[in-house]
Amino acid sequence: MHNKSVAELSRALASGEVSSVELTQHFLDRIQQQDSQYNSFITVCEENALADARQADELRSQGKATPWTGVPFAHKDIFCTNGVRTTCGSKMLENFVPPYDATVTANFRQAGAVCLGKTNMDEFAMGSSNESSYFGAATNPWGSNRVPGGSSGGSAAAVAARLTPAATATDTGGSIRQPAALCGITGLKPTYGRVSRYGMIAFASSLDQGGTMARTAEDNALMLNVMAGFDAKDSTSIDREVPDYTATLNEPLKGLKIGLPKEYFSDQLSPAMEQTVRNAIAEYEKLGATVKEVSLPNANLAIAAYYVIAPAEASANLSRFDGVRYGYRCDDPKDLMDLYTRTREEGFGDEVKRRIMVGTYALSAGYFDAYYLKAQKVRRLIQQDFVNALKEVDVLMSPTCPSPAFVKGEKTNDPVQMYLEDIFTIAVNLAGLPALSLPAGFVDGLPVGLQVIGDYFAEARLLNAAHQYQQVTDWHQRTPE
Amino acid sequence: MSISRDDIEKVALLARIRVNDQQVAELEQDLGNILDLVDQLQAADTSNTAPMAHPLDAVQRLRADEVTETNQREAYQAIAPATEAGLYLVPKVID
Amino acid sequence: MQWDVVIGLEIHVQLATNSKIFSGSSTAYGAEPNTQANAVDLAMPGTLPVPNEGAFRDAVMFGLAIDAEIGRRSVFERKNYFYPDLPKGYQTTQLEQPIVGPGHVEIDLPDGSSKTIRIHHAHLEEDAGKSLHEDFHGMSGIDLNRAGTPLIEVVTEPDMRSAEEAVAFAKKLHSLVTSLGICDGDMSQGSMRFDVNISLRPKGQEAFGTRTETKNLNSFRFMEQAIAHEVERQMDILEDGGEIIQETRLYNGDRDESRSMRSKEEANDYRYFPCPDLLPVEIDDSFIDDCRSRLPELPDARKARFKEQYGLNDYDAGLLSGDARLAAFFEEVAEHGKDAKLAANWTLGEFSGRLNAEDKAINDAPISGAQLGNLIVRIADDSVSSAGAKKVFEALWSGDGDNVDAIIEAKGLKQVSDTGELEKLVDDVLAGMADQIQQYREADDKKRKKLMGGFMGPLMKASKGQGNPKLFTEILKKKLED
Repeated sequence: MHNKSVAELSRALASGEVSSVELTQHFLDRIQQQDSQYNSFITVCEENALADARQADELRSQGKATPWTGVPFAHKDIFCTNGVRTTCGSKMLENFVPPYDATVTANFRQAGAVCLGKTNMDEFAMGSSNESSYFGAATNPWGSNRVPGGSSGGSAAAVAARLTPAATATDTGGSIRQPAALCGITGLKPTYGRVSRYGMIAFASSLDQGGTMARTAEDNALMLNVMAGFDAKDSTSIDREVPDYTATLNEPLKGLKIGLPKEYFSDQLSPAMEQTVRNAIAEYEKLGATVKEVSLPNANLAIAAYYVIAPAEASANLSRFDGVRYGYRCDDPKDLMDLYTRTREEGFGDEVKRRIMVGTYALSAGYFDAYYLKAQKVRRLIQQDFVNALKEVDVLMSPTCPSPAFVKGEKTNDPVQMYLEDIFTIAVNLAGLPALSLPAGFVDGLPVGLQVIGDYFAEARLLNAAHQYQQVTDWHQRTPE
Repeated sequence: MSISRDDIEKVALLARIRVNDQQVAELEQDLGNILDLVDQLQAADTSNTAPMAHPLDAVQRLRADEVTETNQREAYQAIAPATEAGLYLVPKVID
Repeated sequence: MQWDVVIGLEIHVQLATNSKIFSGSSTAYGAEPNTQANAVDLAMPGTLPVPNEGAFRDAVMFGLAIDAEIGRRSVFERKNYFYPDLPKGYQTTQLEQPIVGPGHVEIDLPDGSSKTIRIHHAHLEEDAGKSLHEDFHGMSGIDLNRAGTPLIEVVTEPDMRSAEEAVAFAKKLHSLVTSLGICDGDMSQGSMRFDVNISLRPKGQEAFGTRTETKNLNSFRFMEQAIAHEVERQMDILEDGGEIIQETRLYNGDRDESRSMRSKEEANDYRYFPCPDLLPVEIDDSFIDDCRSRLPELPDARKARFKEQYGLNDYDAGLLSGDARLAAFFEEVAEHGKDAKLAANWTLGEFSGRLNAEDKAINDAPISGAQLGNLIVRIADDSVSSAGAKKVFEALWSGDGDNVDAIIEAKGLKQVSDTGELEKLVDDVLAGMADQIQQYREADDKKRKKLMGGFMGPLMKASKGQGNPKLFTEILKKKLED
């Protein structure tokens, strides 16, 4: 049952082959039995999930079912869930139970889906390995000493380990695509503004985007059908029609023009990684696509621009965690300054503090023009590169990350090495484009991801391209031991 | 580009994060490395480029001037660290 | 040495919108603490701002009223600092691209001259909450009801040269925003708050001296006092050869003292940057046209009309037109009372005096414009003397009757203006005053005027106070001088 996709589970529920309560109990049991190996959940919602499952079965018996009614899934612990603890992977929010839902949360509730729990993540989504979580690192199901990637590492590990058929995630610089790649699943970061950010705890507002994780492209499409859409509560949400993302999955790929950014096939890539990715692209050619090389001349500046803009925005976004209205507060503050400085010292982990300080520095008097303004200009150069490339081709393809899952602890002492993990994913966030990662093979027994980048609002095309590939390959069906 | 200990202490104060001497030393190293990384930006020619604050060239929607919220004080203060008489309590504020 | 005083103002004007600038919470004043602070106002994690159209409409109307350029594209920025009344740890405000660009305001000075004060710009921003310092076991209490209330901050050029000019400007701005209906103008509730930038320079010197900023003055009187105090303080320092330090100062009106807030400022570096949760606001022609169509009559236009339509002098017209509610009250009085001059006198005299004495707002006055107008009619047609009219006014004010004629009747205030009846009274009284008549006839004009009083007293007594004094005088003169 746990090897079935969302689409298959939805059909099984519709046919009465299984009830939502049975299905939910099955996944809860798996989490109970196996998650001690993965640490992919921060909070498991056993009671709520079973209650929701009962209600879903009831609704179904009344003939009021959607494709999601009674289907279990999990939320990254960055989405606020009314009445359920939402930690964002931080001590700061260890006991934070929001009295409100994120719009994404409300959408899944509305669709009748059953939330199994809240998945582990890097603290405030700052990290590429899940090791900055206050609740301990999650583990990659493909290797007990390997990171699942980050920041949505818990979601990726839980899906890969078949503890949930699907999970929500967020992506600020690669936080959906990189863990999806490292855990051998499919993950989509939509166009900026496609999915509401309301109630999704902010890291870097102009880069953050909620998205989807599941094993198949089709399941990602089913998720996006629920998540995408205009939200009056998010000023940066785009008011634009939402297509049925499943409707175009079966379009043939004949004539699809694929661009390969030469900057993403540099010597940073090991021969084995490059070969795996090129094999996947060859498969696309067999499906009728054409391939050409393109250039993103400013791609090499993406990391630098990102590590100014994201920390700058984060430094302000995280000022609200001050121990006054909610969240962690230090013991016995002796004065106001002590309340602030000790609450924030004790409540935030090292990486979060580093980024807040980098951002504060970049915005401070005398440095604003050289760092922040310069980074925003470079951001436009990077966006223009993509716009130009996407005039020539329909999609861009590249490896999702430079190497497969690395060993825990390998990069924790060198922040810059950790940042380079996002070298192929980060520019997409600066440009605000949609991109997905899909399983494309293995290197040394570890999954490798293929990144597919599309034009603004071209999510349907990306899902179609991934789905067609998954009809002729089975990388996405491989199961870790 | 390197960052001095003074700068680190100033930034830590602006960000309201307490740091001890050992942390200052570590941050000097880490932040220095990060700033070296971002200094690559200076090589880019941006003389004819406008800064980009948002990925999409969208404009702001405005909300009708209507009261849509009701009093939820009880729910919000149930998760507050310290309240009394409906107020959030903090150490004495001195102007 | 002779010194020039240079003053510039920054005024926070609370906008009278229904809801907050970035959330749907109510902005009503006086609610129980934190009952009007929702998830967005409390900066709960994940919550996001959505700007209020009403705040933009108010700001654009203000811009049109001061003949300013409207910012067709305005951008919100984050001003970062930590304070317990600032939930997000930054204030969302405008800096580089404000909604209102340069404009100007004309002020009238007591010597009858007028002056143009240039407005540098006005921007939209959110108000902070309030810290209550009552002792909660040595803690302060934070009320966030006010957090997120829309403000426009109006920034002037340093165009004022005295406390008098600064106060005249402040009053004019008050008159403008209340006439526009974009602010309730209630200073005691903090609806308008003034920051004053003051510097001194030797007379004749062009370059400005170093300025200080005195913050958060919430009455015209405190503002005047604070300026006088700061000018004196700076003058003392400069005359002693000292230097002014650029700093923020806090003025205590009750004690007429000020102190530096330097400690607070030193560490501040606000790290402004465009708010990534908000997009640029574009204002198009139709929005501006709509705002223009909503503009009510403004104080300057109203003043000109009052002079033209009612024949008022410049001073009365200025006083009556400055406050929209007073102007409306006056027009109601004039409409019912027919005699505009009397209507103006009574509105500015008895009525305004009474409001001030009782610290009442016009809307809370117990007397209506129609009632006062009816009283004016009776004054004009000599039905009641001015002393009697004051008694009628008193009765109306205290609720002792609501119909002017009925009060006159009930209180026996009706003035006798029947000349036949009055002549008979004069004859009766004069019959017993032969000596005085003799004296009068022998006196010169100057003395006669004084002696007149000696006849009026007994006459008023004989008429039980109801005789029309004007007619009495006329009849007396005729009889005595024949």
